[in-house]
Amino acid sequence: MFNQTFSADTQFRKASAEYNFGFLDEYAKKEVRRSVLKAIAIPGYQVPYSSREMPMGRGFGTGGLQLTLSLIGKKDTLKVIDQGSDDSVNAVNLRSFIEMTCPGIDTTTKVSEATLIQSRHRIPERELREDQILVLQVPYPDALVVVEPSEDKRKIMHGEADYSRLLVKLYEDIVKFNEITISHRYPTRINGHYVIDPSPIPRWDVPKLNNSKSLILLGAGREKKIYAVPPYTLAEPLEFDDIPFRVESFNDSTGKRRTCWRCGCDHSFLDEFIDAQTGDKRYQCSDSDYCDEQIKSQVNNQELEG
Amino acid sequence: MTNDKVLQVRNLSKVYGKGCSKCFELTGPEHNTNICPHCGSVVAAHDISFDLYKGEILGIMGESGSGKSTAVKNLFFDEIPSSGQAIFFDEGKQYDLFNLNAQQKRHLRNHRFGMVYQNPHLGLNFNVSAGGNIAERLLMSQLSNYQEIRERAIELLHRTEVLTERMDEMPKNFSGGMQQRVQIAKALATNPTLLFLDEVTTGLDLSVQAAILDLIMEIQRESETAMIAVTHDLGVIRLLAGRTIVMKYGRIIESGLTDQILEDPQDAYTQRLVASAL
Repeated sequence: MFNQTFSADTQFRKASAEYNFGFLDEYAKKEVRRSVLKAIAIPGYQVPYSSREMPMGRGFGTGGLQLTLSLIGKKDTLKVIDQGSDDSVNAVNLRSFIEMTCPGIDTTTKVSEATLIQSRHRIPERELREDQILVLQVPYPDALVVVEPSEDKRKIMHGEADYSRLLVKLYEDIVKFNEITISHRYPTRINGHYVIDPSPIPRWDVPKLNNSKSLILLGAGREKKIYAVPPYTLAEPLEFDDIPFRVESFNDSTGKRRTCWRCGCDHSFLDEFIDAQTGDKRYQCSDSDYCDEQIKSQVNNQELEG
Repeated sequence: MTNDKVLQVRNLSKVYGKGCSKCFELTGPEHNTNICPHCGSVVAAHDISFDLYKGEILGIMGESGSGKSTAVKNLFFDEIPSSGQAIFFDEGKQYDLFNLNAQQKRHLRNHRFGMVYQNPHLGLNFNVSAGGNIAERLLMSQLSNYQEIRERAIELLHRTEVLTERMDEMPKNFSGGMQQRVQIAKALATNPTLLFLDEVTTGLDLSVQAAILDLIMEIQRESETAMIAVTHDLGVIRLLAGRTIVMKYGRIIESGLTDQILEDPQDAYTQRLVASAL
């Protein structure tokens, strides 16, 4: 059994060695890079590109993957995140695919070591640096899709910065529920003009787009769009003057901030778990690397004190 | 009087189809058609010229297909005219309507014009509440304070006599007359200088018609909004319009003071129209 999987694995590795570095051919990479340049030049504008067939289903992060494969070089260190974790299915598979098709690159789980970070659903808690690039996988690139089904009309609306109908949606939310109910994919205006769908990141991560030190690239494989939030660019979530945007609250019913059961962190985005044995609710940092880092620094501190 | 001019339309034409050099010669009331026999294009409106002054209601009257709605749709940028010129005078500025770029058109449409359609489905978004519909127009004009939007919507619905307790209901729950009131409230949201009324009372029952017409006249008295009322209903024309244009097969066949036209029609078609009215 072990031998079988081993040989299949080596065979696959051997076969993939015959592919070009980064799986995509150089022309495909070039096109993606050109689209990236355009996306950076027009912050928030969705640049169409000819999304290639990848050896995985569209919707599994092919947009982000193509960006990563076009940008990665042998000197790069890659981190792949799926919902904050490095060892969820999507992250593991994408990482091993990139390792296989990009021989010579390094991979890491540490944000601080990575030069290129591909992520799904989260932006790392630790602030990114200028020398890092964040690639986000996007299922639905157009924030206007909820109010206008025709792409033709959406393009005109984007061009004219006509987002009144999105704001009406926020208005209706407040009328009905007394708050804005968008939990993720919060429409965010980039550089004072285009409103983007920032991919399914929680509201918690939206402020990280604003004036980010690192370049943030967003790729939608199925919808064939690339867009960018360039470094040090204004990113404002849509809001009303008197009802400001707010992030998720992790306070319990008494108003006390919940903490991560693992590292005790009281300032990170928490995931809720049900303990299989006791049936109790437990809260844990969604960003596993950040959680590990906190534990490590606590251990170090204890050693220093001891 | 010239200072108070709101709109000046000259030689407005709209042809559907590829058009030919004979289109205008071979159509019109004297040929009893608006379809060009040579190329088959439809001359929906040709050589439409009129002026509109502040606080005035201009009636455009004519049978179905006479081009009255087309004229209004062109002015509201719903359609692009084939030729002609329209100048809109606003706050000391002049706008050449058919030579504006998309952004300028959108600005005028959202801020300075209002449109009330015959069918509320065209003017209202049925997926959002009555208040939301008004909010949409206010948000277009860059108002971004929730409380202010709310207050303004209540004020407008109050003015158009819609129960403000129902402002968060969907328009589909409203009666036809009520939907029309919401549509008028939406059109008035930005205090437009110019309001287009396209068959606003058609299809409503008589008592509701009367109430809507009362409302329109009240608005005209209070805010001096200039209006163009398109209708085939002589009663509406008699009640609302100070001056009237009569159209047939895409041409203006008669224009003047409403009383004059209704009491002493010159054109045979108008005479028939007035005589046949109940």
